[in-house]
Amino acid sequence: MTVGIVMLVHEALDRAEQVARHWSAHGCPVVIHIDTQVSRPDHTDFTERLGKLDNVRFSKRHRCEWGTWNMVAASQGASELMLAEFADVRHVYLASGSCLPLRPVDELKQYLEDRPMTNFIESVTTEDVPWTVGGLDAERFTLRFPFSWKKQRKFFDGYVRLQRRLGFRRKIPVGLVPHLGSQWWCLTRQTLSAILEDPDRSDYDAYFRRVWIPDESYYQTLVRLYSSNIESRSLTLSKFDFQGKPHIFYDDHLQLLRRSNCFVARKIWPRANRLYDTFLSDNPDIMIGAEPNPGKIDRIFAKAVDRRTRGRPGLYMQSRFPNAGWENGKTCAPYSVFEGFADLFEEFEDWLGKMVGARVHGALFAPGKVEFAGRQKVFSGALSDRAMLRDYNPKSFLTNLIWNTRGEHQCFQYGPRDTQGFDWFVAADSNAQISVISGAWAVPLFHSNRNFTEIRKEAARLQKIEAKHLGVLRSPHTKARVRIWSMADFIESPMEPLQTVIDEIGPRNLRRLTEAPRMVDLTGFGQFLQNLKNQGMHPHLMGDFPSGDTMPETPRRRRKPYLVKK
Amino acid sequence: MGALRSYRLRLQRKRWRIRAFRKRRDLSAVQNRTGQIAPDDMLVFSTLRNEKIRLEYFLRYYRDMGVNHFLIVDNGSDDGSLEYLTEQPDVSIWSTGASYKRARFGADWLNWLQSRYGHQHWTLVVDVDEFLIYPFCDTRPIRALTDWLDASSIRSFSAMLLDMYPKGPINTFPYAEGQNPLEIANWFDSGNYTVSKNTKFGNLWIQGGPRARSFFHDRPERAPALNKIPLVKWHRDYAYVSSTHMVLPRGLNQTFDEWGGEKASGCLLHAKFLDTFGTKAAEELIRKQHYAASHEYKAYHKHLKDNPDLWCKWSEKYINWRQLEILGLMSKGNWA
Repeated sequence: MTVGIVMLVHEALDRAEQVARHWSAHGCPVVIHIDTQVSRPDHTDFTERLGKLDNVRFSKRHRCEWGTWNMVAASQGASELMLAEFADVRHVYLASGSCLPLRPVDELKQYLEDRPMTNFIESVTTEDVPWTVGGLDAERFTLRFPFSWKKQRKFFDGYVRLQRRLGFRRKIPVGLVPHLGSQWWCLTRQTLSAILEDPDRSDYDAYFRRVWIPDESYYQTLVRLYSSNIESRSLTLSKFDFQGKPHIFYDDHLQLLRRSNCFVARKIWPRANRLYDTFLSDNPDIMIGAEPNPGKIDRIFAKAVDRRTRGRPGLYMQSRFPNAGWENGKTCAPYSVFEGFADLFEEFEDWLGKMVGARVHGALFAPGKVEFAGRQKVFSGALSDRAMLRDYNPKSFLTNLIWNTRGEHQCFQYGPRDTQGFDWFVAADSNAQISVISGAWAVPLFHSNRNFTEIRKEAARLQKIEAKHLGVLRSPHTKARVRIWSMADFIESPMEPLQTVIDEIGPRNLRRLTEAPRMVDLTGFGQFLQNLKNQGMHPHLMGDFPSGDTMPETPRRRRKPYLVKK
Repeated sequence: MGALRSYRLRLQRKRWRIRAFRKRRDLSAVQNRTGQIAPDDMLVFSTLRNEKIRLEYFLRYYRDMGVNHFLIVDNGSDDGSLEYLTEQPDVSIWSTGASYKRARFGADWLNWLQSRYGHQHWTLVVDVDEFLIYPFCDTRPIRALTDWLDASSIRSFSAMLLDMYPKGPINTFPYAEGQNPLEIANWFDSGNYTVSKNTKFGNLWIQGGPRARSFFHDRPERAPALNKIPLVKWHRDYAYVSSTHMVLPRGLNQTFDEWGGEKASGCLLHAKFLDTFGTKAAEELIRKQHYAASHEYKAYHKHLKDNPDLWCKWSEKYINWRQLEILGLMSKGNWA
């Protein structure tokens, strides 16, 4: 008993010939269907060369366009010829010209010998297949498809829409339950002949003639009528990408293919010399007796599809530039923005750096210079500290920084004095953790040695900017984790908010904070605000500060009372 | 896009084609071997001037990749480039003394040659200091890529220009003829590129890298564009608009995904910054034949006086395409 190979060929005839010779030399009869697209001289050449082999036959030619009935007609004709001409064939294996046997033919024969009644054909009901192209699964069987999907796509889509709107449905012949699956199968003589010799075959054929991509459903459906011994998987390793076209194997897949233990792989790049040389040589050092296990290849191709459809979050580059809202992650990792902290605390950066296992920058968007951690002139990814380069595209600057430092949490200071204009981007980024002490920008003004009119003007400007910024952060579209304290509330009890923010950044310090950052001297700040008010400006973002010197004492004088233990 | 805008772009494309047709008279064939070109051959198009020292490696690099024929315009070289190329069996060469600037920096000449000889071929337009890197380029010939693009119905492939530089002042390492320039200039900036979209032509506009960082930090908008679409399955109706940055019809510029996915893309390693660069820049400054009143070369000249070191602590050393893929400079897309 042996296995017969039905081969559908339409291109790369030299490779097809090579493979056909391989099968034939190992005692497998081959019936070849050559597409009518193949030119006459090529065809004559091909048949003459292979015709000399006594177990090779050629079946009646059809014009096979993808997704049409002729693919099935071709395999039917070739299968009939196979069953009629070669009596010792027990299994028939449908393959294409770009299929390559990966294991010695004798292994395949032995494998089938051990399972004489088993049909290997992927056959799944329409509800259970996620991989159909064009969103058509059950409708493949109930609509009509007179137009070519490849050449007349507009008509194809239009006609489908029309039928849907009219509620048109074809009747599925009684007794048939539509199944789908890979078109590469291996059936027993018994089952295959039952399908081909069925008295109702003409009815079934007439029905499937108008089904879309019948080569993925004809045998898959009919086999359910005649056999209960079905292994619903294909012996041919064949992976499809998101557009429904097969992935191609190249020389560098050699080891993967070897380890897959599959019998036949499709589709092989015709110029992959090393693959053809290796697998068609009779070197039996490969894969003895193992079950096919394409898991690793599956993973690689699944990853490729994922990269094409979802991409790497937070990456903006020449071939990934998502429209707003489609980024699937505006940045690639969480980062923290501190607003007002550096104004309120002395050396806040250093303190924060000690407390968390993260990279702490100064005001990245400061006017004049980018304040990278350690005030480096260039930072990760060769980002420059030049303000003009940054301000040319602040959004790119931020996404680049976060992308370049993958694996390390970034923190930076921000405030109304800095470059504005990308609040919405940050606010809508679920990776952003934004903590704001509102109104703290007034502290440097309070300490500055400037004319009061100037200070008043500047205060009004900064307040306006921050008010707008807070408006964005409080909008319902914000996805960032936002925490806003007014300055008055914050200095009331600074430790608790600091603890929350720091816990969020990283797991390095799971203990309570032991050291508070040093707050700047705020003596007279209330009076300062009162002076602003007296000048006609209303500083409202700080919260309520009593005027005069009834300020709470600054923490400078009551250092670490909470550290005292008995 | 409205019908009017679409029609305007169509007119513009026709204009570039007519211009290319007129500019064909600039070119005189020195050695025309285009008869050798087989129907599915892969072609390289290039213009050059006084690049003899780079030619040997350039040709070898692309021959090894699987390029079948080179079509080159020589713009008045006097260093033996023309003679060297004439001897090569797979090079067709045209010579011209006409103005590079008035041929829109060579684009008109190449548009003409491409429409004449590149129709229905995969064509790669590169300068002699640009080296194409694509996914799996260490194991698969370029033919594997173009076959895959064909099978996926993709007509154009983008490859961002990645400026390479040596570690140390540019003049320190002398380049020898035939040497791989990437042995000297093997460092690059990995993550300081800004991307924005050009809605008119539908392409991306990418700037950044060491040139923006060192020469254009006070005028970032003038930093050179790095987006390129050098590999196109050419049709005689197509036209490059400005160098290989943009091409019409605008569908060819859609080399990026807008719905979160990544399309396959490559990189052009740009080995411009060798010790030959100083003399080159000085010469180009006098010839005034470069883009936007040669402001780029003016900027170079200003800085080159003090023999700059483009290298910094955060520069990356080039290893292979996988490294560029991981860094997010190029992508495999769904090619596996």
